[in-house]
Amino acid sequence: MLLTLFNEMRVAKVPVSLRELLDLVEALQQHVTFADMDEFYYLARAILVKDERHFDKFDRAFGAYFDGLEQLDEHLQALIPEDWLRQEFERALSAEERARIQTLGGLEALIDVFKQRLQEQKGRHAGGNKWIGTGGTSPFGSGGFNPEGMRLGDAGKRQGKAVKVWEQRDYKNLDDHVELGTRNMKIALRRLRKFARQGAADEFDIDGTIDHTARDGGLLNIQMRPERRNRVKLLLLLDIGGSMDAHVKVCEELFSACKTEFKHLEYFYFHNFIYESVWTNNLRRSTERTATFDVLRTYGDDYKVVFVGDAAMAPYEITHPGGSVEHWNEESGYVWMQRFMGKFRKLIWINPYPKDAWHYTASTGLVRELVGNNMYPLSVAGLEEGMKYLARA
Amino acid sequence: MKFEGTPAYVATDDLKLAVNAAITLQRPLLVKGEPGTGKTLLAEQLAQALGTRLITWHIKSTTKAHQGLYEYDAVSRLRDSQLGIERVHDVRNYLKKGKLWEAFEAPERVVLLIDEIDKADIEFPNDLLQELDRMEFYVYETDETVRARHRPIIIITSNNEKELPDAFLRRCFFHYIAFPDRSTLQKIVDVHFPGIKATLVSEALDVFFDVRKVPGLKKKPSTSELVDWLKLLMADDIGEAVLRERDPTKAIPPLAGALVKNEQDVQLLERLAFMSRRGNR
Repeated sequence: MLLTLFNEMRVAKVPVSLRELLDLVEALQQHVTFADMDEFYYLARAILVKDERHFDKFDRAFGAYFDGLEQLDEHLQALIPEDWLRQEFERALSAEERARIQTLGGLEALIDVFKQRLQEQKGRHAGGNKWIGTGGTSPFGSGGFNPEGMRLGDAGKRQGKAVKVWEQRDYKNLDDHVELGTRNMKIALRRLRKFARQGAADEFDIDGTIDHTARDGGLLNIQMRPERRNRVKLLLLLDIGGSMDAHVKVCEELFSACKTEFKHLEYFYFHNFIYESVWTNNLRRSTERTATFDVLRTYGDDYKVVFVGDAAMAPYEITHPGGSVEHWNEESGYVWMQRFMGKFRKLIWINPYPKDAWHYTASTGLVRELVGNNMYPLSVAGLEEGMKYLARA
Repeated sequence: MKFEGTPAYVATDDLKLAVNAAITLQRPLLVKGEPGTGKTLLAEQLAQALGTRLITWHIKSTTKAHQGLYEYDAVSRLRDSQLGIERVHDVRNYLKKGKLWEAFEAPERVVLLIDEIDKADIEFPNDLLQELDRMEFYVYETDETVRARHRPIIIITSNNEKELPDAFLRRCFFHYIAFPDRSTLQKIVDVHFPGIKATLVSEALDVFFDVRKVPGLKKKPSTSELVDWLKLLMADDIGEAVLRERDPTKAIPPLAGALVKNEQDVQLLERLAFMSRRGNR
């Protein structure tokens, strides 16, 4: 029977391997717990899940395994846009109002009615007592009051009417892709560290000296070695202004994380797309510009290049000469980007928009194609993936 | 042998189960959670509950895996050899045993705490895979294998500063200490201050949860901050009336320094207090 559970976990992308399954079976064999649903849930979680980020996925898979109900929830999450359910207000209902909430009979009936309503409903909805949305008194939705309610896409602790532990999904906010702060970014960026001892041997190697001296039976044998440094060189190109204004904070965080993590960091700004010149001081962008050719010439091909931008623009801004929104460009952005691709061995594009929003703009696909598919979302997980690619030799 | 919490430590059901599973199947237990939710304390209390010794290995950024096994003191040997001291002939005299070795050769089953494993280098956990799995390691200098007489109960704590490698995680059981809800918190307070007045606790908890709810705090106060704060409240003999007093001009709780540890957070609270004062006028 555990095989089905194991399968559900794999389907829900909880990283479990055979080893964990065997552990769980062994634990049951040793009677760590017996015939107690809640205890089994805790046990399975302690053994199968190794990171609190996966708790939410685990909860959903566990629910799916036991009654097929959460699967519906999953399905619904795909169907219902997140913002319908976003909690804009927690409605405080009076006791009298609560008493008036009608109760529909039975769970089966509830699901059926729900499906039916989902069919009928077309727009986002909040308040009210029939449609699916937030803060209302309908049996369906998030953050509302109905003693027999179904909870959908719920992000926090609410009125506590849900029945089972795994259905409370307390850990949803620990799911990854969300939290971003410089600390997390720094750790993601750290994947790109490549320590090497290069250059002149100018550091006294105490351990080596002692080791060699001891091996020689006490005859002093001095050892020297070069200093250990992070050899990674980074060239950062940031899109600034226009549609990027919405992402200023997260870009600032990324930038400050980069600055403290890398010793060899060069950065330039551009607007929308890369053309014949870039600049380093945004206040004096019109007077102090650097020719992109100089950038291409100055930095060696061992520099890792990171573009940061939303890649959302009119396609002709990339494909056509003179397509730039700011000036007349002799050569198209497409050509310039190809020069970068030709020069540098490793190049990625980091996009502040989440991955599933990329297909909304045609230019995003175009850019993605241009950089050889190496576009990553600006989340901790995305950064890590990007850094992993850059770190590969 | 089952762990049921101790008089001084409130363990939730899921925690108890994770600990018992780790004991039964003899696997290391990895414990994560917000700072101050009692990760390290768990190991201490577990050792106490099982009536055994606790061996603690604190990890620092410079800690290397082999330091937990043993270290070969080449310098002393060099010095001794030049002074012609007799014990120089036996390499055993220069092997310094690490915490793992200590735990492995203990005559009874001990609790080994590997504290804050995420502080060490990224490769650190990988270097311990074999040792934790087989509970044995090889000493090159003497050409012998040290094997655990009784597999120690291993508790590993992490503050999530670095991600741990998969191969390492596979070998551990995992528990995340979630921030306790109100009733658990009440129990924890009762355990620490048996004589404290119920009303004071209840008022203090109100204030405490209010502070936790303030958006944008750099570091939310957690269990250990609450316990410290209550200690101060009792020492200063501040009554529940002061806490209940929701006078907007005093929006900052008394002795707030124990709850908020960051000057930006203190400023944030002050600003909120100022705004609520203005709003009331």
